[in-house]
Amino acid sequence: MPTESLGFIFLNALIINNFVLASFLGICPFLGVSGKLNTAFSMGVATTLVMLISSICAYFINILLVTFDIEFLRLIAYIAVIASAVQLVEMSMKKFSPTLFRALGIFLPLITTNCAILGLALFQTYREYNFPQSIAYSFGAGGGFIIAIILMAGLREKLELADVPGIAQGAAMTLMLGGILSLIFMGFAGMGGA
Amino acid sequence: MSTVTPAQNSNTQNSAKMIKTLTLIAMISGLLVVLTFELTRPLIAENQRIAVEQAIYQVIPEAVDWQEYRLSDGKLLVASETTEGISIYAGFNQAGALAGIASEAVAQGYADSIRLLYGYNPACECITGIKILKSAETPGLGDKIFKDLDFIANFKALEAKLNGEQSALENAIITVKHGEKTQPWQIDAISGATVSSRAVGKALNDSAQYLLPRMVNQLTTIKQMSMEDETK
Amino acid sequence: MSSRPRIKETPVTMDTFLKGIWEENPVFVMLLGMCPVLAVTNSTINALAMGIATTFVLLGSSALVSLLRRGIPKQVRIATYIIIIATFVTIVDYLIQAISLELYNALGAFIQLIVVNCMILGRAESYASRNNVTKSVVSALGMGAGFTIALLCLGTVREILGAGTLLGFPLFGADFEPWVVMILPPGGFFVLGSWLLIFALLKQRKTKMEELTRAH
Repeated sequence: MPTESLGFIFLNALIINNFVLASFLGICPFLGVSGKLNTAFSMGVATTLVMLISSICAYFINILLVTFDIEFLRLIAYIAVIASAVQLVEMSMKKFSPTLFRALGIFLPLITTNCAILGLALFQTYREYNFPQSIAYSFGAGGGFIIAIILMAGLREKLELADVPGIAQGAAMTLMLGGILSLIFMGFAGMGGA
Repeated sequence: MSTVTPAQNSNTQNSAKMIKTLTLIAMISGLLVVLTFELTRPLIAENQRIAVEQAIYQVIPEAVDWQEYRLSDGKLLVASETTEGISIYAGFNQAGALAGIASEAVAQGYADSIRLLYGYNPACECITGIKILKSAETPGLGDKIFKDLDFIANFKALEAKLNGEQSALENAIITVKHGEKTQPWQIDAISGATVSSRAVGKALNDSAQYLLPRMVNQLTTIKQMSMEDETK
Repeated sequence: MSSRPRIKETPVTMDTFLKGIWEENPVFVMLLGMCPVLAVTNSTINALAMGIATTFVLLGSSALVSLLRRGIPKQVRIATYIIIIATFVTIVDYLIQAISLELYNALGAFIQLIVVNCMILGRAESYASRNNVTKSVVSALGMGAGFTIALLCLGTVREILGAGTLLGFPLFGADFEPWVVMILPPGGFFVLGSWLLIFALLKQRKTKMEELTRAH
């Protein structure tokens, strides 16, 4: 639906249909890398960066696929491009900004198997977004991921001081928190309605 | 770099092996994917055809046969793989006469966009039915738009009359609060799912305002085309 | 399930199979492949379809990776695994479209997102690339079964509570007011969290029992 405005696409991906809490994309890092606030933020930034790059790549690859009428190769092409994009980002970051690499580097390989990235590329194709719309979408999705993972990390840091019963520690607690956050984000639904 | 050291030699061997393996895997992958694609294509096309057909027969109750057309630049053509434009489905009744046309409409609902197919009967100048094709509305609330029988009854004969100049609808289709429907062009909203109900109304209005003025002169084309089909 | 074989006399293949279901259950123990677990388990039938689709991909990719394991160069192994997995996912994608469009629409993009299910890549890297074909296939079957069972655990609970039905058939009378939240996104988190709590409780009780018997 290429008529949607850029601002709406951005907001939609950012909060209304938050990638993590409403669409269940990128749950693995959301549960796994949300222990500390700084690491969570770094993870979020690295993910947004890769999202932007793969969104741009996916847009042009899709044009190629459609031109040559080989859309059945879309999935293989996208995942290959995302994997190589992650490698490229890692290598160039190592060369040009070692400080940034030290902060974000360890997360990059993990990002390849983050479904939020492939999900973004696939969704923008299904929704037939044009180039600026795809960019707005990837910024919204990245921002939404950062918001979700930071909220979770903040909660978990606070919880370290709380006296949680033994069996509820770890993943079970994190999932319950995720449920509550998701419940909160449901309140944003309907913002795009008539 | 003229002499090849053993290390470099093993490197090139390694690279050659790497390329060989990757080519082999790419070939296996390609073969498997293309094979599946070719084998499943007729089945998928058939599934899609059945889905479209069921939707059309639902929104145009009298239809027993249908034909897809594409509208672009004010011209209506029989759809083929290459024609572009908005898809218009014409439904024909048992006598082979035009029973109505169907088209897709979209609007932003509560959760995500709602896509629906609606049928329009040129004889009564009204909408004869809707079928929700895609929605992510809240189960139990917003999804009443395709489960609530009272709401669906709105679309059995929803007025969509063109004005005198045939440039727009005489009365815009509008969703009103539950229980306040007084005119035939109004949609009685579901209480508790106002946003979803309004989205359906907006989708219908947007699409009808655009499509019906452009279609009004094309209906004869469809009739003629179907006549030609008959004579063949 | 609960009587897991510990004694050597059971054949190795049985153990490899059962490991995936209980001891190394990809969802409840290893917490892998969480996205589809939470996203498509709002009904039993979706959960079952997703489980079968994932098992098929796991099986195919494990077999192929294991078959080619000596030929795959170390430097490009991850890329190779991903291509193999993507191939099988594309196949599943078309097969499901051919079987039922309705099911395909219900599962949405999550079929294609099987590609990035960490469980499959993880199994290719840590198991299939090191073991022979038979062993890899048996282990993949076990893992797939474990994944499917976990999805069903979530799917049935969410459907029963959230819609009052099981496989589409109403379970309770008309008076039952469904807990709609259970089939919405938060319900996924809550139900999986509760299952993990139950397993943690069982484990705790078991260790306590073992301690007690040892003390006696």
